[in-house]
Amino acid sequence: MDFTLSKEQIDIQKAAREFALGEFSEKAQEFDRNETFDPQIWKKACDLGFVGVFIDEAYGGAGLGLLEHCLITEEFWAVDAGMGNAVLTTTFGAELLGLFGTEEQKKKYLPPLVEGKAVIGTAITEPDAGSDVTCAVTSAEKDDDEYVINGSKMFITNGTRANYLNVFCLTDPDNPDRHKRHSFFIVETDRPGFEATKIHGKLGIRANDTAEISFSNVRIPASNLIGQEGNGFKELMNFFNMTRLHICAQAVGIARAALEESIAHIKKRHQFGAPLASFQVNQFKVAEMATMIRAARNLYYEAAWLTDNGKMDHALTAMAKWFSGQIAVKCADEALQMHGGYGYIDEYKVQRIYRDAKIVEIYEGTKEIEKLIVARSLLRG
Amino acid sequence: MDIVVCVKRVPLTQEVDLEIDPQKKEVRKDMLAYSINEWDNYAIEEAVLLKEKFGGDVTAVTVGVEDDEEVLRRCLAMGADRAIRVEPGDLSLDPFVISRILAEVIKGVKHDLVLTGVQADDVNDGAVGTMLAEHLGLNHAAVVTRVEPEGNEATIHIELEGGTDEVSKIKFPALLSIQTGINEPRYVSIMGIRKAAKKELKVVKVEELGLSEDDLTPWVSVDEVFLPPETEGAEIIEGDPGTVAEEILRIIKEKGVST
Repeated sequence: MDFTLSKEQIDIQKAAREFALGEFSEKAQEFDRNETFDPQIWKKACDLGFVGVFIDEAYGGAGLGLLEHCLITEEFWAVDAGMGNAVLTTTFGAELLGLFGTEEQKKKYLPPLVEGKAVIGTAITEPDAGSDVTCAVTSAEKDDDEYVINGSKMFITNGTRANYLNVFCLTDPDNPDRHKRHSFFIVETDRPGFEATKIHGKLGIRANDTAEISFSNVRIPASNLIGQEGNGFKELMNFFNMTRLHICAQAVGIARAALEESIAHIKKRHQFGAPLASFQVNQFKVAEMATMIRAARNLYYEAAWLTDNGKMDHALTAMAKWFSGQIAVKCADEALQMHGGYGYIDEYKVQRIYRDAKIVEIYEGTKEIEKLIVARSLLRG
Repeated sequence: MDIVVCVKRVPLTQEVDLEIDPQKKEVRKDMLAYSINEWDNYAIEEAVLLKEKFGGDVTAVTVGVEDDEEVLRRCLAMGADRAIRVEPGDLSLDPFVISRILAEVIKGVKHDLVLTGVQADDVNDGAVGTMLAEHLGLNHAAVVTRVEPEGNEATIHIELEGGTDEVSKIKFPALLSIQTGINEPRYVSIMGIRKAAKKELKVVKVEELGLSEDDLTPWVSVDEVFLPPETEGAEIIEGDPGTVAEEILRIIKEKGVST
């Protein structure tokens, strides 16, 4: 069994790390404190081809796999989660268009994402519909050759930044099958009736925009329907099977950052007349962290590789997602513990890592939902 | 303008505690991460900038093992047109042998300009550039901070001691050893990496170059590598700046450095 990356993949990894170190390191603390970001950094990343590598060459992308997208994500998150997200979540939704969009939609909406001219987002969660997305009540009603959208969405990544959003809407409330009630639409955010309010006070990934959005009689042409009407839930599951992979990469990236910070700290700091690294309690911690990181990485490499090769394994991707999220939180916790009081203040990167890590256990499928998916695959039949 | 750039992959040593190998001839390198030598990164950037402005071809050359091709691929991704790796086998390398090998390779490549880094961030000899120029019989300048070609010559800035700059003209073909800070090296792009995969990366075995035994015999041999012993005598002076300054002055006078 060969776990080695190709030369090209290694070069991509190195290039991504160098970019993140060069562009994120000095700004990360400021952006975290102020909940801001410099979009020029996103544009620069686009010019260098880091954004949307998985998008087909026909639509301006590099036509690489999700694995390559993951490799870039891991490197970015190893330097800073918030800024990594501010750069890379700008394509969050391109996967859905790639899977179900019409040729026209793909040609219109995908190339600007790669060129740094537009940001996309995907709006699913609502105030009363989180893990149970079938409860979503934001509605899209057909009116001649248009749809009219009404409702609100919560915790939407890039809500105030996005030029267009894939919106998960209720189109057939009376359908007895709750998995056939919804549909996806692409909605330009400059349409009348659209409003976005930035959410302040997030625990982590504060450089990345998250918003509450609302639709009040927002009219879109019927041609903005993505895929088939009533097929939204199925499309969403297929979409998550792709996007959950890069959440795994985020988790492994931040866990790695936790380990790197820990190693640097325990080699430098002395207590009881010896470096912290000489104490077995700390040696065990870093040994366990490194092992967990390796295990999580191998899980997501396999899941991504299978997906890129047309053999997507739903349960494996779910395993990789909850496991990598859990080890990210665990590694961040251990890293902060080894830093002691220093880790509790925001001048130390480990504090930010600790806050940033938690999100990977929550978004794009909580770890509990991921475990349900795994359990169903085990107990089926 | 055709340019040859000599590059080297070096271990990153700034933030690690170096260990000496049991034979005491080398630093242990097995656990170190590697990167392109910082000076060479500026040299390749300068070559690509000159190519973008004046046209011509850029060839990157290294003497090293297969893993070292990583830095050649990086050069190709940054914009070099082709790359050559000389496989040294078991040969012991010192600045003389490396410069001999490079000279032999570069003879076969059309060049108006040869660029090297001022030094390599491993043993920091800073000798290959000048030796190579001598082997090739090229005009040369070391520690160059600016290159402005015009016709068959270039105006160059050379960094001298004490922050002085010398401005000179140098006729092509020439060799310049490039100082850090001469430009702002670009990031490697995904497009660059993908293009690099289609460019030529030639591997030449050192035996194929027809060098003599003398050419391949190092001039420098290492007797022993050791960590400097920890010495005593460090003193931390505390207090307000005035008191500290007075104390420093007293010590300087006491040691006879100044009266």
